[in-house]
Amino acid sequence: MDLATRTRPIARRSMLRAGLGLAGGFALPGLGIRRAMAQDLPAKIGTFPEGASGPSVFIGITTPLTGSYSADGTDERLGYELAIAEINAGSPVAAKWGLKGKGVLGKMVKFGVADSETKPNVAVQAQTQFIQRDKAIMITGSVSSATAIALEELAQRDKVLNMVGLSGSNDTTGKNCQRYGFRSQPTAYMACKALGPVLGKALGHGKKAAYLVPDYSYGHSVFDSFTQSVSQFGWTVSTQQVVPLGTTDFSSSLLNIANSGADVFVNIAFGADAVASTKQAEQFGVMKKMKLVVPNISSFQAKELGAAVMQGVYGTFDFWWTMQDQYPLAKDFVQAFLAKHKYHPRWGAHIGYMQTLLWAVSVERAKTFNPVAVIKTLEVSKSDPYESSLGKVWYRAEDHQLVRPVPVVVGKAPAAMKNPDDFYDVVEVVAGEPLLQPIAETGCAMGAYS
Amino acid sequence: MPSLPLLLSQAFNGLALGSMLALVSSGLTIILGTLGVLNFAHGALFMLGAYAAYVTLQGSDSFLLALLVGSVFMLLVGVLMERILVRLFYSRPPEDQILVTFGAGIVLVEAVRAIFGGNSQRVPVPSWGEGITQLGFLIYPTYRLELIGIITVTLGVLWVVLYRTSIGLVVRAGIEDAGMVGILGINVRRAFLLVFAIGVVAAGFAGMLYAPIVSVTPDMGGSFLVESFVVIVIGGLGSFPGAVLGGLIAGEIISITSAFDSAYSEVMLYAVMALLLVVRPQGLFGTEGRV
Repeated sequence: MDLATRTRPIARRSMLRAGLGLAGGFALPGLGIRRAMAQDLPAKIGTFPEGASGPSVFIGITTPLTGSYSADGTDERLGYELAIAEINAGSPVAAKWGLKGKGVLGKMVKFGVADSETKPNVAVQAQTQFIQRDKAIMITGSVSSATAIALEELAQRDKVLNMVGLSGSNDTTGKNCQRYGFRSQPTAYMACKALGPVLGKALGHGKKAAYLVPDYSYGHSVFDSFTQSVSQFGWTVSTQQVVPLGTTDFSSSLLNIANSGADVFVNIAFGADAVASTKQAEQFGVMKKMKLVVPNISSFQAKELGAAVMQGVYGTFDFWWTMQDQYPLAKDFVQAFLAKHKYHPRWGAHIGYMQTLLWAVSVERAKTFNPVAVIKTLEVSKSDPYESSLGKVWYRAEDHQLVRPVPVVVGKAPAAMKNPDDFYDVVEVVAGEPLLQPIAETGCAMGAYS
Repeated sequence: MPSLPLLLSQAFNGLALGSMLALVSSGLTIILGTLGVLNFAHGALFMLGAYAAYVTLQGSDSFLLALLVGSVFMLLVGVLMERILVRLFYSRPPEDQILVTFGAGIVLVEAVRAIFGGNSQRVPVPSWGEGITQLGFLIYPTYRLELIGIITVTLGVLWVVLYRTSIGLVVRAGIEDAGMVGILGINVRRAFLLVFAIGVVAAGFAGMLYAPIVSVTPDMGGSFLVESFVVIVIGGLGSFPGAVLGGLIAGEIISITSAFDSAYSEVMLYAVMALLLVVRPQGLFGTEGRV
């Protein structure tokens, strides 16, 4: 069917006609998907239809290529590029995800990458340019939750779909949730709820924990969710050291932690801050007195610190490459990435890859690039889950959080590593649905469709 | 209210932190005082020193050799930078000087990123610095303790050069009145070159010493640049003793505040700087109306 005809007003009339015909079918259950098509879609919204009127569509990508989170940001960018290459080639892998033919709805995907410098305002500026100059039909990317939340607000304001990049804070699909934002990484709540029982079993009950917390949304989210999750095992807070994002010298906080009398050191810092703080913690003798736990492990932390430091450390990821043995689409992703970039992809790349493909599949399911239609398709995905690199996944309609399994990992001993990237053993892959935060607690109040 | 042992530990940590800040800032203040140039590439030069140490340690195991080779490298960088770039801007307005040094800083950072990538590089603590020392109730990393000693010696050497040698006399005279020194027939330009090179070496040397402690990335110099400026504002622009005392004060402020509430340690530092600017704008050792 010629896509060009769809973008003219007459297409809407024919859809309404079809909708009237289906109106009788609304009484029957199981036709929820159809409902999205039949309802009134705005003809012009955000960058639609201009962004989808040519032979290609544009995706705006911002990742931190400099700043504290640059290592994860660079990895994330490669994930996006791989997904878009697969989509444009109409490869067998793309077909396994559910795409038909080359590109998305026959259109090639072009993209632009801008450095967000780990700063929200820089990301917003870059994406605004992508929206206004390049008519981006979808914007994506981030590593810092502060950036993710800022981009969601931009997306809601400009009515352009935002497939959130990396973001662990509960607020991204909680009190800062947006109709135009969809997030795939496990929330801090989910990660900590998965990790808690493993820690209770491995480290025991009644532990005193010292926390190093980066002073922004993500840091506080993880602290709250983690303490909540381990309280059932009688864990208490010995001290909470709050530090600004981008701190280089953690000596004063680590002195407080070393003197706190805790048995467990929970390091919530991320990226370069995690590397510096863990390195310094070792120098301050913290690791001799306490077990290290990292609720959300940065992608290259083990590589940059050395396997000996991360040995026996428990934590969670969005994805670890050894999961390829469990999920066939994960295997395709890891092998393609490894062949191209000569290292095993980390979870930043996985999020970029997965979010892009899930978006593409949703557009093809909705049969249009109209963001309202795509949003509604994503929202009803529970009744028709996506086949993905993490098995069957779907977005929860009320907060746009992807319902997906959470891997809990533990660091391997250096002697046990089978290749230079083999840093972790996956202890357990915890099913996602029971881990979800109850909607009432998230504080999410969705905005309008248009 | 934190316990006395904790307060004392933090006070001691402030001394260690402060001495590092003093070293990092001394290079900046010397250049500013003598040449009147605000060197915004200071953070990048700090980072360059760290990477110089990293590269040398790839080939050899000796940290001392890395310090030596790194210092020579930074000396070359300082000389090149002054001759090729900075010298052309002495007579230009300060805004132009700031822009050119800022730009040079960006070029250095991106060049390092292009060569080494954005990931953090590991510089191990030297063998003589490994482990932890127990000082009564205080447990402190041995390397940081040794750093206090190394930095004190370095600052001492700098002081001797500035206050006990004839070239130092020229430099200090140049800080007072560069024009007059020139009229007296002394080669001020050569003195300027030396001062700039010393300042660059000081920045790079601080970076080398710091490399085993922090995450060695191309962006590592950013926060040190900002902190150095705060220190020299507190101590007095262009004053070497000011940089040392300012550094120690800054270190103490950060550490002791964090004993109460770690989130406010940086805030407290900026608050003190703001207060000082109101009460005594020239800083502790600065001269009124200068720079």
